[in-house]
Amino acid sequence: MPANPYNGFTDYGIGLGLRVPHYDHILSEKPTVDWFEIISETFMVDGGRPLEVLDRILAQYRVVQHGVSLYFGSADDPDRAHLKKLKALTKRTKTPWLSDHLCWGSVDGTYSHDLLPMPYTFAAAKRTAEKIRMVRDYLELPIAVENVSSYTEFHVSEMTEWEFLAEVVELADCGILLDVNNIYVSSKNHGFDPYDYVNNVPHHRVAQMHIAGHTKFEKYILDTHDHPVLDPVWKLYAHAIKLCGVTATLLEWDDKIPSFQEVHDEALKANQFITEAREAKIPAPKKTSRVRVR
Amino acid sequence: MAAKSKDSKAAVTKAPARVDSTRALAALQRAMWGLVSQPLTAANRMKPRTRDGRSTAAAAAEIAKPNDRLTSFERLEIYNRMYWFRVLDSLYEDCPGLRAVLGDAKFMRMAEAYLQKYPSRSFTLRNLPSRLEKFLREEPKWTRPHTALCLDLVRFEWAQVEVYDGGAKPLFRVEDLAGINPAKVRLALQPYLQLLQLDYPVDDFLIAIKKREALLRGDASNAPTRVRTSKASKVPLPRREKCAVAVHRMDGRIYFKRLEPAACKVLLAIRAGKPLAQALAAGLPRAKSKQLEWAGKVQSWFCTWMQLGWFCRRE
Repeated sequence: MPANPYNGFTDYGIGLGLRVPHYDHILSEKPTVDWFEIISETFMVDGGRPLEVLDRILAQYRVVQHGVSLYFGSADDPDRAHLKKLKALTKRTKTPWLSDHLCWGSVDGTYSHDLLPMPYTFAAAKRTAEKIRMVRDYLELPIAVENVSSYTEFHVSEMTEWEFLAEVVELADCGILLDVNNIYVSSKNHGFDPYDYVNNVPHHRVAQMHIAGHTKFEKYILDTHDHPVLDPVWKLYAHAIKLCGVTATLLEWDDKIPSFQEVHDEALKANQFITEAREAKIPAPKKTSRVRVR
Repeated sequence: MAAKSKDSKAAVTKAPARVDSTRALAALQRAMWGLVSQPLTAANRMKPRTRDGRSTAAAAAEIAKPNDRLTSFERLEIYNRMYWFRVLDSLYEDCPGLRAVLGDAKFMRMAEAYLQKYPSRSFTLRNLPSRLEKFLREEPKWTRPHTALCLDLVRFEWAQVEVYDGGAKPLFRVEDLAGINPAKVRLALQPYLQLLQLDYPVDDFLIAIKKREALLRGDASNAPTRVRTSKASKVPLPRREKCAVAVHRMDGRIYFKRLEPAACKVLLAIRAGKPLAQALAAGLPRAKSKQLEWAGKVQSWFCTWMQLGWFCRRE
């Protein structure tokens, strides 16, 4: 697949997150990379080095925008000034789709700069979907929402996380950025089966996948993005692409960042599973209709 | 548009029993944010009492489910710690000069007080120090006895943020003067260029601080090769000495350039939109004999400023 309406009918392969320590290497060596994912907020500025670097990258590579501050799940209305800046950037990058997280992070205009987990209720899903639609209509771009890793659950929740994700994306008619590592991290923190999660999301809506490393503590796992991808996450990824089809995949490595080559080599390990999935000639996932859990 | 919060140190509100509306969703998020944004204890743990004296454990239990390994309190504590570590780290990185004057412990106490009074109102951490100068003017107790020096440093460090990714307009060229009445010429400065009139030479101080930090780090690698120590000699605090500095950029790098006081006045007048003749009058001596003396100097200033690309086309 995975060219679908949610990733702008593109068929991207394995991408890398564009990070500052790798700028010089990428600009001077011009390594072969299928596409780069940029953090939108880094480039939502008026000028200077960030935009100079971005323009040079855009001259050589395909770029997809990924954000961390739209906070679709916050009760607040979207910030128009923020959206205006974001739209200007999308015109510059020509990103075929735009992703951000299924979370909240601002309250009454104050920002946490964190990806805080949602209460899984119908009202929260409705409000979140409404905001995704507002943003999509303003930006005139396909939107994919990413499941976050979480460390708490709410008493008020009325459904599982994957049911909530399905409810939101069906109501919003948007795509999913399936973060396989986040599913794994949350499954360990909350005690569910990660395969139940992957089996039960609407596969035809998966626009992109994320893989990453995490860190285990005594009582919980933190989504640190500072390690290679662990085996259980690779296995879950292999399972996910069997269900969703071969999908644009990105390795996130955001802390203790090693050399560009090391990060790229780690990302390219996904090829093994992609090849297997291609050889298996898996049919494109069928559209599933939403079954209300209520 | 998002509504402005009335009180940045928001009281910890009670969590709703159900989230069946946007209003209830907002109430739950306010309740959780009230706990997550509370300052940590000295041991970096979540405080046992909320701002209004309630038991944090009881407030957390209304919001979060416990599991077989963590209590509700411990689950929200993860977010509480991550919030403070993230914002304090960001400010720590942005303010090496202020840190050097205050020392790490005092800086952290000040930063925590600042972020409680002025929590982030921007989608980006870049803007986190934007109200630090205002805060330190309002609460000089955090910077005594070096308040004037600290205010200069905060302005200088914020100027660097603005210069790094501030906007640039098309360069002004000499040909742009064609057909313009020389008496009415108005120039414009690049929006990113920052002009500072300071009471302390904080540019030199900051360069010394950065050199010292680079020495302590060993290199630019993310992975420290050794434990950070303070063996490198401490940089002495600068003495009061008025100076004018332009913070600018070239090829993606930030530079500081000392300006003669008169040159700074001319540039500030240009920035204020004065015609060139008035801008020059703002900085130069009035006596005709002196003006002749200054002609060569003024010519060399403008030559340098053109070469550095500080002038842009007026809109």
